[in-house]
Amino acid sequence: MAGFFTKLVQRFTKAEIDWDDLEAQLIAGDLGVKLSMQIVEDLQAQARKLHDVDIVEVTKKHIRALLPAYTTPLPPLISGKPKVVLVVGVNGTGKTTSTAKLANFLKKRGNSLVLAAADTFRAAAVEQLEVWSKRVDVPLVKGPPNADPAAVCFDAYTSAAARSAQFLICDTAGRLHTRHNLMEELRKVQRIVGKKDPTAPHEVLLVVDATTGGNALQQAREFHKAVPLTGIIATKLDGSGKGGVVVAIQQELGIPTRFVGTGEQVDDFAPFNADTYLDQML
Amino acid sequence: MLSLLQEKLEGAFKKLRGHAKISESNISESMREIRMALLEADVDFKVAKDLIENIKTKALGEEVLRTVSPSQQIVKIFHDEMVELLGRETAPLDLGQPQRILVAGLNGAGKTTTSAKLALLLKKQGKRPLLVACDVFRPAAVKQLAVLGESIGVPVFQPSPDEKDAVRAAQQGMEWVKQQGGGIAIYDTAGRQEVDDELLAELVKIRESLQPQEVLLVADAATGQQAVSVAKTFNDSIKVTGLILTKLDGDARGGALLSMKQVTGCPVKFVGVGEKMEQLEVFHPDRMAQRILGMGDVVSLVEKA
Ligand SMILES: Nc1nc2c(ncn2[C@@H]2O[C@H](COP(=O)(O)OP(=O)(O)OP(=O)(O)O)[C@@H](O)[C@H]2O)c(=O)[nH]1
Ligand SMILES: Nc1nc2c(ncn2[C@@H]2O[C@H](COP(=O)(O)OP(=O)(O)OP(=O)(O)O)[C@@H](O)[C@H]2O)c(=O)[nH]1
Ligand SMILES: [Mg+2]
Ligand SMILES: [Mg+2]
Repeated sequence: MAGFFTKLVQRFTKAEIDWDDLEAQLIAGDLGVKLSMQIVEDLQAQARKLHDVDIVEVTKKHIRALLPAYTTPLPPLISGKPKVVLVVGVNGTGKTTSTAKLANFLKKRGNSLVLAAADTFRAAAVEQLEVWSKRVDVPLVKGPPNADPAAVCFDAYTSAAARSAQFLICDTAGRLHTRHNLMEELRKVQRIVGKKDPTAPHEVLLVVDATTGGNALQQAREFHKAVPLTGIIATKLDGSGKGGVVVAIQQELGIPTRFVGTGEQVDDFAPFNADTYLDQML
Repeated sequence: MLSLLQEKLEGAFKKLRGHAKISESNISESMREIRMALLEADVDFKVAKDLIENIKTKALGEEVLRTVSPSQQIVKIFHDEMVELLGRETAPLDLGQPQRILVAGLNGAGKTTTSAKLALLLKKQGKRPLLVACDVFRPAAVKQLAVLGESIGVPVFQPSPDEKDAVRAAQQGMEWVKQQGGGIAIYDTAGRQEVDDELLAELVKIRESLQPQEVLLVADAATGQQAVSVAKTFNDSIKVTGLILTKLDGDARGGALLSMKQVTGCPVKFVGVGEKMEQLEVFHPDRMAQRILGMGDVVSLVEKA
């Protein structure tokens, strides 16, 4: 991640700005063609003022302005009922790990919670979350093998409510956004928890792998259509992926990035901070 | 998605209609559009640039065919060039001695699933596959492979739950394979980021221990612009022998594969098209090229012209 803007600094502090190169660098950050071109155009419009100015700072400021001033943490409900958080996304993005990380984050913050192992499909997905639940010491509700994920979430809600837990986090199975029946399954989970609390689910977080290119925008569009998203968790930012597509998702769909994952350990997780996100690139 | 691209290209090429020959001036705008389309398909921007340069050289001066639109004609030239890049022939697995296959890649790429899918494929071919779990890091990774192995009736080596060293797990796996009387052993490793030097070093050690004749890099079809860096770093450290692209059952166009192919020079051996065990297919470069371009039908149209 570092080096991305450093490269820009070296190239663009000179009086002449190579716009094609700037565009290429933005594309390399997976910001997407459309957004990259738009940023370049916007900056070109101010080109006269830009000579001898640090284009890095200008570009950073420009991207910063596309992101919300701040993103809300996850406050518990005032009603005292469990706040239901669905963790969704395509296969292998880091949902289960992020569920554990989020649980750990909330627990450390002093919140009580319950986990639902609603990936009843993938081999050993329940066992994976079980290991995490023990590590972060948070109760887990699971169903029999191949159980209906909606039923697992329903039961988990009952258990969370009985324990007066402030949060219920449901880890769902990975599914490609193109699979109609699997997206329907997610809607069913949404409907069923809605029977427990008409305002649930309160948060639907889409987990996006920072290594993903333009398809992440399509993933966000389709998941948002099926179960309205309230935020993004961008994972694997410790890799070489810049996760620029979250900026495109914010811009097109207005869905903010709420958390970032920066490793495989439970503490490699933090609320999204736009300034840090951009600064880390420098 | 696909038809949208098609529309875009058609639009870009409209201006070309009525010209007898393809010339620099009448295709420059179209080339810009194609460049955008390729970038949107996650083709690396340098690869896209080179591709466009090559195409320009090839296309300039060509007669515009009467029976097809100039856009279709250029797409065909693009398609052929991409098939060339992707490797025209499909490459089978090297099953020679010592019959060891190492599977590696980024976190969540699909390694464990693909390892089991490969085992099933070999089993169906009447071979004797064995699975060795070397991911002693991720929670329940061993269990995942064990469950998959059981579902397809292939024996799985499970290192002891206390084993924390992946290299040792791989070595124990080799011993186990011997005890099993041999077979084609597939070693599933933990996911890792290519910028993690420590984990890469571990993978190098596993490779040195195993001396496998196949080292397969598994990558997600939705990989973005980092594909070059990923493929290059893995290849430089563990000398990859083949690529596998997963999750092609989605709508990711998979342009990253062009970069991975070009950087490693390795053949693409299989593609994953679903979560089920039998959803592994041999790679078809022409279909992939059409997918990246999003213009399958056009190619056969021009072929007939
Ligand atoms: N380097 C790194 N790896 C991560 C991060 N988050 C998750 N992973 C790894 O990514 C892989 C997949 O993570 P999972 O949590 O199993 O992903 P998932 O989305 O639940 O996968 P499915 O349920 O199979 O769809 C594992 O190897 C994780 O350790 C991260 O922030 N950084
Ligand atoms: N739709 C689809 N899903 C796939 C495909 N291949 C793998 N998956 C899914 O992708 C997710 C990750 O697969 P794994 O095999 O666990 O990936 P991995 O590379 O072993 O992950 P780590 O070991 O954690 O790095 C799982 O949900 C798989 O079911 C495919 O071709 N299509
Ligand atoms: Mg999971
Ligand atoms: Mg695995």
